[in-house]
Amino acid sequence: MHAAESICIVLMSALGALSAAKSARAAPSNGPVGDRPQVSLWHAYRGDEEIALHQVVREYTRVSGAEVEVLAVPFEAYGAKLGAAVPRGHGPDVFIEAHERLGPYVRDALVAPAGDAFPAEDADRYDATSVAAVSQGGLRYGVPLASKCLALYVNDRLVPGEIADLEELLALPGLPAGAYPLAYEATSAFFHAPFLHAFGGAMVDEHDHFAFGQAASARALAFVKHLTDEHLVPEEPSGTLVVDLFASGRAAAVVSGPWLAGEIGSKVRYRVEPLPRLAAAGQPLRPYLTVEAAMLSPQGAARADARAFARWLGSTASAVIRAEKGHQVVSTLAAWQVPAVSSDALLVAFHRAAEIAIPTPSSLAMRAAWEPANRAIRKVLRGDTEPEDALHEAAARFNDATRPLPPRASVWSVLVVAGALALAGAFYLARRARAPRFRRQLAASLPAYAYSAPATLAIALLVIVPLAAGAATSLFVGTREDPRYVGLANYVAILTARGNGLLAQGSFYRTLFVTILWMTVNVVFHVVIGVTLGLFLSRPAMRLKGLYRVLLIVPWAVPSYVTALAWKGMFHKQFGSINAMLAIVGIEPRAWFARFSTAFSANVATNVWLGFPFMMVVAIAALTGVPQEVIEAAELDGASRWKRLRFVTLPMIAPTLIPAIALGAAWTFNMFNVVFLVSGGEPDGSTDILVSEAYRWAFTRDAQYGYAAAYAVLIFVVLSVLSRFLTRLRVPEGQTS
Amino acid sequence: MTRARFARHAEAFLVHAFVLAAVVAALYPVLWVVSTALSPRELTMKPRALPWPTAPSLDNFRTVVGAADGAKARLFLTQVGNSLLVSLATALIAVVIATPAAYALARFDFVGQKASLRTLLATQLFPTVASAVPLYLLLDALNLLDSRSGLVLVYAASAIPFALFQLRASFQAVPPELEEAAMVDGATRFGAFRLVAVPAIRPALAVTALFAVMSSWNEFVLAATLLSRESAFTLPVVLQRYVGEYDAAWGPFAAGSILVSLPVMGIFYVLQRHLVAGLTSGAVKG
Repeated sequence: MHAAESICIVLMSALGALSAAKSARAAPSNGPVGDRPQVSLWHAYRGDEEIALHQVVREYTRVSGAEVEVLAVPFEAYGAKLGAAVPRGHGPDVFIEAHERLGPYVRDALVAPAGDAFPAEDADRYDATSVAAVSQGGLRYGVPLASKCLALYVNDRLVPGEIADLEELLALPGLPAGAYPLAYEATSAFFHAPFLHAFGGAMVDEHDHFAFGQAASARALAFVKHLTDEHLVPEEPSGTLVVDLFASGRAAAVVSGPWLAGEIGSKVRYRVEPLPRLAAAGQPLRPYLTVEAAMLSPQGAARADARAFARWLGSTASAVIRAEKGHQVVSTLAAWQVPAVSSDALLVAFHRAAEIAIPTPSSLAMRAAWEPANRAIRKVLRGDTEPEDALHEAAARFNDATRPLPPRASVWSVLVVAGALALAGAFYLARRARAPRFRRQLAASLPAYAYSAPATLAIALLVIVPLAAGAATSLFVGTREDPRYVGLANYVAILTARGNGLLAQGSFYRTLFVTILWMTVNVVFHVVIGVTLGLFLSRPAMRLKGLYRVLLIVPWAVPSYVTALAWKGMFHKQFGSINAMLAIVGIEPRAWFARFSTAFSANVATNVWLGFPFMMVVAIAALTGVPQEVIEAAELDGASRWKRLRFVTLPMIAPTLIPAIALGAAWTFNMFNVVFLVSGGEPDGSTDILVSEAYRWAFTRDAQYGYAAAYAVLIFVVLSVLSRFLTRLRVPEGQTS
Repeated sequence: MTRARFARHAEAFLVHAFVLAAVVAALYPVLWVVSTALSPRELTMKPRALPWPTAPSLDNFRTVVGAADGAKARLFLTQVGNSLLVSLATALIAVVIATPAAYALARFDFVGQKASLRTLLATQLFPTVASAVPLYLLLDALNLLDSRSGLVLVYAASAIPFALFQLRASFQAVPPELEEAAMVDGATRFGAFRLVAVPAIRPALAVTALFAVMSSWNEFVLAATLLSRESAFTLPVVLQRYVGEYDAAWGPFAAGSILVSLPVMGIFYVLQRHLVAGLTSGAVKG
């Protein structure tokens, strides 16, 4: 086939694909009813809850005649999608969301008051806690649907009798070897909160101040540290581990939410109870309570049919379906009179557990409190610091993340600078354009412009414009609806480490050092492994080449989200296969994420594994360009194998390899996924790289997009300087060889 | 057996041993994923070096493809189709747009050549943390929101810079005499490009296409943000649905991940046949 034909076919099929996609879009599967579009509903429910919701919607259509369009969005993208779509009018009319995110949603106008979806006379319809949870500033922002909180799952066989308090459970006699009296995700602030509350502590107080640093927190931490030290709870406990331990009968009791019931299966007989009393504190363990509500976007709140639907979601008929089919602890009181609901032991148990729970504060301060609290808990449980010091640090970290926004700066300075630059540029261009030589050059360039016009257009519009717009947000703080121009204040804050030590944990310079180390180590491994395999798999005499090649790109082909988590599991201290293999050769198990060196190595192992196939494929492609005759000629000259490689093959593939290595280095520099999923920055943020730090500012520290964007621009500057520096290094070498 | 033959055999053995070791290292973590996919309720009985599934069953695979529910199975097929359509269209468009531009960068001198190379590199140095929302607004303005075409354009544009660098380097490795000879024989410049230069860089075209397929095949964040109909979702969005706020269904997630990786391995198997040494040298002789 000729190249021209291939290009034609390629173009035609691309256009065909595009137009097919376009026409598919023009004809939506369910046309709008009448002249107004259907009410749309977004949710992130899965499993039984999703099935129940669909049944509720069908029931609503049956009684009201109105159709509802339902969209299930992955939880990970839910908030970001709402934040992007609702302000542009592309959001849903109604969406289901946890009450604790109301703070930022109200601020960003993603949610509107429920109006007659929740009229005053409905207040008696729901339990008082749920009503309070969806109310802010005297307004009701949603129809409460169901609540979720932690409770105690108890193995009936291991714990036959009643237990009076947690201490009795911990001292449980007759446990099989290797079994724990209690398992829960001790390193997470959400699971730690019941202990904190029992000792009289709080994450944030009623004035929205950080309260995790207080004395009660130290007592709670010391108590939990004691549980870990005495091996009463498992180490490095993940959600999966807790499920496994309970389902296999190796945990007498676990702390978890309603979601666990669906995962245990039928192998274990168990009961659910409210969290027990903690005798050491004289108080019950009180978990946080989340109330899920049907909220209205501003566009939905303006529609009577959307409000009617939202109100109906809270009705008894809806609540009974959700309780029976979706196993939800519904907020609608009348549903609990229905025998099918009131006789469900699991539902009743969680309903009782909710009575002692504390609704999660929905303030902005609460959102910023999780990360410092999580870090402090992990640090203490690892034994790195005393509780008091960790709490002191947590308070400092909270203040750092929620420090007052810098003052508004004058826009004039930037306008003057931009104007001067534009003027100078225009003057320069005008002068050049008048030179005849330049005109000739320009005329000679026209063919090249014709070849590159589509690429230029695509990159300018879809790559450079968004990046430039993103970079411009680094000059602002605050929300998208209410941005405040602050000039270079974000940069100043980052480069001065916000007044903390310049080399302190989490400072720009220290993170930069880790990032450069990260990039160097990864790229060296990628290139060495990739090129070696590429050389082997390009040998003309090599058998099974195709099979080997396909098997070796498996790490690239399988979605990295799941393989990165598989690697994390392999590095687990107690149950990971790496420690199991080390045990076979007689090496003590180690806690991989407790020290920088080992946690960093775990990240590097994962990323090298993920990245070497790319380099291998590029190397194979580069080697196809090396003419066999050249190598044969070198062989005839009597060059040794190593010399042929060093002086013939490598120099010949270098030009095609170097762009890929350079881009690979830049991508590694900005590879936050692996760091997030494997070490999560552990221990204590020391393995975070610049871009994962930027993501933390954007997504866990109260959506400081401007600050994150300033990080992005600084990363860009660092990489530009590095690439300039490396090109300089390379050029003289190229001249000598 | 002569010494030389023995040495050759020993060498072949060592090479195979090294490659096999690499294959084992490449597959080992995936075996854990397979094990999770095959054991509906994976039990971590004790620390294990070998990921052998306990009580294997195909339930998770059935869940993912919606075997029990005809409507869900049809939807899943549509979503597989979406993913294939989006990544193949991405690869085609990226390669078609990048190839002539890469040729211009390799063969022509033009005003702004250095600046455009620098700009291209710059786009790859910038982390995308702050550009998702501007992209959303841009596609909204172009009326391409919630459409697969919009997604394809975004993916293709982001794959072009790598394609340009890769293809430019490959064009530079092709001796210009070939095209000059074709032009002496009466071919136009464009004719020399498409009849001589493009066929000579087939391996690089295959690699660029593979790269574009891979980068769009597993992309989740933009797909989830830009698409708002289940019938338009691509597979990564469907898979990510198994991860909830409080818990995750790792069994179906793992099963789905394995299913998702099979088509790309098929695509790679087809493409890698173009990665054969000697294509260029053949062109030199011809």
